[in-house]
Amino acid sequence: MSLATHQASTGRQIPDRLKTPLRRFLASWELLLLCVAVAVFILNSFASPYFLDPWNLSDATYNFTEKAMIAFAMALLIISGEIDLSVASIIALASTAMGFALQLGAETPLLILTGLGVGLLCGAFNGFLVTGLGLPSIVVTIGTMSLFRGISYIVLGDKAYTGYPSEFGFFGQGYVWWVITFELVLFAVTAVIFAILLHRTNFGRAVFAIGNNPVGALFSGIRVTRVKFALFLLTGLMSGVAAICLTSRLGATRPSIAFGWELEVVTMVVLGGVSILGGSGSIPGVAIAAFVMGMVTFGFGLLNVPGIVMSIFIGLLLIAVIALPRIVRQILARRKA
Amino acid sequence: MLANTQGIEDAHPQSAKGSKPALSLTGISKSFPGVKALSEVALELYPGEVTALVGENGAGKSTIVKILTGIYQPDEGEIVIDENRVTFPTAQDAGKAGVTAIHQETVLFDDLSVAENIFIGHAPKTRLGLINRGEMLNQAQNLLNRIGASIDPHVTLRELGIANKHLVAIARALSIDASIVIMDEPTASLSHKEIEETYELVERLKAEGKAILFISHKFDEIFRIADRYTVFRDGQMVGAGRIKDVSERELVKLMVGRSVDQVFPKRAPELGKEVLKVVGYSHPTEFEDIGFTLRSGEILGFYGLVGAGRSEFMQALFGVTRPSKGAIRIDDQVAVIRDPNEAIGHGIVYVPEDRGKQGAVKGLPIFQNISLPSLKETSRNGFLRLVEEFRLARDYTKRLDLRAAALDQDIGELSGGNQQKVVIAKWLATKPRVIILDEPTKGIDIGSKAAVHEFMAELAAEGLAVIMVSSEIPEILGMSDRVIVMREGRIAAEFEGPDLTPEHLVRAAAGIVEARP
Amino acid sequence: MIHSLIKSRETVLAMAILVLVGAIASRFPAFVAPANLVNVFNDTAPLIILALGQMVVILTRCIDLSVAANLALTGMVVAMLNTLLPDLPVPLIMVIAIGLGSVMGLFNGLLVWKLDIPPIVVTLGTMTIYRGIIFVISGGEWINAHEMSDAFKAFPRDVVFGLPVLSWIAILVLIGFIVLIGRTALGRAFFAVGGNPHAAVYTGINVGLTQCAAYIISGALAGLTGYLWVARYAVAYVDIAGGFELEVVAACVIGGISIAGGIGSVGGALLGALFLGIVKNALPVVNISPFWQLAISGSAIIIAVAFNATSNRTKGRVILKKAEHAT
Repeated sequence: MSLATHQASTGRQIPDRLKTPLRRFLASWELLLLCVAVAVFILNSFASPYFLDPWNLSDATYNFTEKAMIAFAMALLIISGEIDLSVASIIALASTAMGFALQLGAETPLLILTGLGVGLLCGAFNGFLVTGLGLPSIVVTIGTMSLFRGISYIVLGDKAYTGYPSEFGFFGQGYVWWVITFELVLFAVTAVIFAILLHRTNFGRAVFAIGNNPVGALFSGIRVTRVKFALFLLTGLMSGVAAICLTSRLGATRPSIAFGWELEVVTMVVLGGVSILGGSGSIPGVAIAAFVMGMVTFGFGLLNVPGIVMSIFIGLLLIAVIALPRIVRQILARRKA
Repeated sequence: MLANTQGIEDAHPQSAKGSKPALSLTGISKSFPGVKALSEVALELYPGEVTALVGENGAGKSTIVKILTGIYQPDEGEIVIDENRVTFPTAQDAGKAGVTAIHQETVLFDDLSVAENIFIGHAPKTRLGLINRGEMLNQAQNLLNRIGASIDPHVTLRELGIANKHLVAIARALSIDASIVIMDEPTASLSHKEIEETYELVERLKAEGKAILFISHKFDEIFRIADRYTVFRDGQMVGAGRIKDVSERELVKLMVGRSVDQVFPKRAPELGKEVLKVVGYSHPTEFEDIGFTLRSGEILGFYGLVGAGRSEFMQALFGVTRPSKGAIRIDDQVAVIRDPNEAIGHGIVYVPEDRGKQGAVKGLPIFQNISLPSLKETSRNGFLRLVEEFRLARDYTKRLDLRAAALDQDIGELSGGNQQKVVIAKWLATKPRVIILDEPTKGIDIGSKAAVHEFMAELAAEGLAVIMVSSEIPEILGMSDRVIVMREGRIAAEFEGPDLTPEHLVRAAAGIVEARP
Repeated sequence: MIHSLIKSRETVLAMAILVLVGAIASRFPAFVAPANLVNVFNDTAPLIILALGQMVVILTRCIDLSVAANLALTGMVVAMLNTLLPDLPVPLIMVIAIGLGSVMGLFNGLLVWKLDIPPIVVTLGTMTIYRGIIFVISGGEWINAHEMSDAFKAFPRDVVFGLPVLSWIAILVLIGFIVLIGRTALGRAFFAVGGNPHAAVYTGINVGLTQCAAYIISGALAGLTGYLWVARYAVAYVDIAGGFELEVVAACVIGGISIAGGIGSVGGALLGALFLGIVKNALPVVNISPFWQLAISGSAIIIAVAFNATSNRTKGRVILKKAEHAT
């Protein structure tokens, strides 16, 4: 069947692209973020003489590396039209499990496996509830958010696990080269992996298709529930990775570990240009957003602004990032009319 | 119900003398970004008379309904009710002015009671300003009695069938003492008996002196119950007058702006070997014991009333739902289809009826829509190759003569006909054996319709096996080699050759049984 | 059918609560002593009030995660007011609390209504903003019992006809909701907006405005509870009622209020709150660590939402005649 060549003379040739990639980039959210990042960097260096010290900068990266690793997976999940609010609680449970394993005499490799395994299990549980039982992910993960952290509280109460082996400390405290921390390298590697996964593979294309029209995607032969389940698994896994890094960095597990991180992760994703309604977004955007948030936090720290005030800023940022484009659109529409 | 040809040449924009219009619209215009939906249209409704509003999809009928019910505000023009100029800034204002609408999909509240549905927004109040439950139930009962509906006002709406929901909507219309009633395709999804009951109701409303705007695509009912007609075409009023002064043919001509003896492509079908055989396909609630065979090069039509289970069966065949019983053989090999992915793997593809929801993935560019089911072919080891995707998109969009600015344009920005072309292109790119087209020309303009028909004929000529679900008799007759009629989830009859007549199809679909040799 | 299902669902929940109480009573009879039951109800009163507010928000297809932060901020503001102006009469304080809570609710509502931002995002954001503001105005300091006036502290604890005022307020709010939901146009509008927003527009109901009204109600009740909470426990600090929003949502979900909107009842919200309140009060009685509380509400949310979903699952079109008779 020569479907392709048949009748080719009658149809008209449609150009591939309307805008060149360069013009697209110039009008992109990512470029705007990049400018903000540069601006924050410059402001910070004016605000404090200590900012430009390489070791200080290296420390500052801890403000975003762990959260960003989750944010990459969360970005995919939100693009597909779902959300996982239990990520911070997964960290708590995974960390508690590692502490528990430590009490039983586990060495570092086993600790790592425990952290990753619990993360995967939690992700699988969320994924099963959402895709297997067809429940709304917002409520499900509000529930598992309580459940996972609740289990940590049952196990630990007001106690803490400490005494992690020194080689375990490498994941959250170690340097790979000069001021470059292990976490920063891990951040960069996961950013590249997730960027390729989302933007360069069939899987990533399926994620976009599902986010824009889940029924249409299903009718195009995409296995929607499988893809969504995989995304919950992935988010659980990355929460497990973050749990390892954070536990290693703190050297202790308390049930309140990473409390409220879900908000910062979601903010990071939204700031990175991912539509909260699903269907669009990019990993470079999320990576730059992570950097911006980390630098802003660091800057506030240098100015001695307390952490909870920082959270006001994050809350405002989350709302503003979504609200501003809508306000602009409304004003433009009114002007047209 | 062929046209009576003793009609007159011109349409009659002027209304008859005598009664004054209850409502008149003049010079109404409405634009949306990029589209002029209505341009200076006029419309008059008379007390105690039914005015049929006819026009093709996209002619502006639903826009005018939304303006009359206060959902949209017109850019220009005026609305006059009983000689007073009015405006409807909100839906509530339209209700207060006595305008009410009964919509095609009943837009009421499934989880509220019948009485609450009738009175939402204007329930009788006690002296304290609270809703007077007893009074509300009483009045609801009275209204329902008045229209001859035996519905308990206590029950929740969810428990009622579509026809009864319509009755509730009508009771609601009466409850706000509306003088102007808009009925937007009220019979579209009703059974024969329910349609008759609806007509009776319309008569009753007429007798009460209501001015009725009746929107319908069915010419037989327009000629049966309407007193006047108004025709819209491309957002303009192109004709109006008394129904007795016009013929069906003239009305259609006004609607489409040219003569409409639809021409279907001439075909000389060369049937190949059997491609698909379905045996005993059944589903617990939707269809039962569906079996047929399909040969390459054949166009098999599926005819039936809306809700006969045709789309449901096709979606099961495509793997969206799973049958409880039955088997498929493809090229005489048993095939198991548990999801659309497997159907595509077996060469069965489905162009759905609901293009916006099931067909086009809006938000993705054209080329990605086309490559979506073919990603296995265009990618390498799971990694995308955009060059291949563009090549695929270029080949098939060219073949279907797609009109678009660029292949990376969002499919949502295209017109309905062009979206349909992209959806068809997406499936052809998978090189299918069997293509199922579910109401392929529904809601697209006449020009695109002919193109789709041409194309279908071409595909069959190239050896594809085509299944076409359609509710339009001319289309079914014009395109199919063989027709299966479904009724209430079962195969009611199968016709081919000289047996393939409109009468046979209609009778089989309606369940009128007769002794046939 | 659905109506009777909701009815039966409430009876199921009521039975579950009775069985739970019975089981506890069989081992620890003191739990069902009238004085203790009064205690349990009084303890649950804030949850009941907030769950009712949350219910109308959820009915309109929204969610309000900022209630606990709203409560804490209002509580801090009135506590600080009280330390500055000890003679301010309690009724005025309550008016201020309700007013402040309403304003915070209005802020949520406006963002949802005017800017069309997803409710979950709005209230996640305002939740942290409101909490942060507490820190800013209090400087992270606690306000302790000795800094509050006696009248301020005594009001919710005063016993009238055998019940503390706090309980009476919950009962009043409950009665108010029975009237609001069943007998007012706004009450029915909540159901209409959640059940079929498209149709609501056609019947002249402003969807966004109705949602905004729901947020204001939820905010007003959170404000009221803010005063009651701070006065009852005689302490105000940044983290009071931390995570309480989850308990409130849990009470609603357990009470059968559909997160998809349009389905729910006052009785359901009450029973959901009572269920959690009884569990919470029973834990120490049956010697289980209070650290179990969080995991139990989490599990309850998941079980309840799974139960709701399976009982409300929409069936496909019934075409076959015999299937029609079978159902």
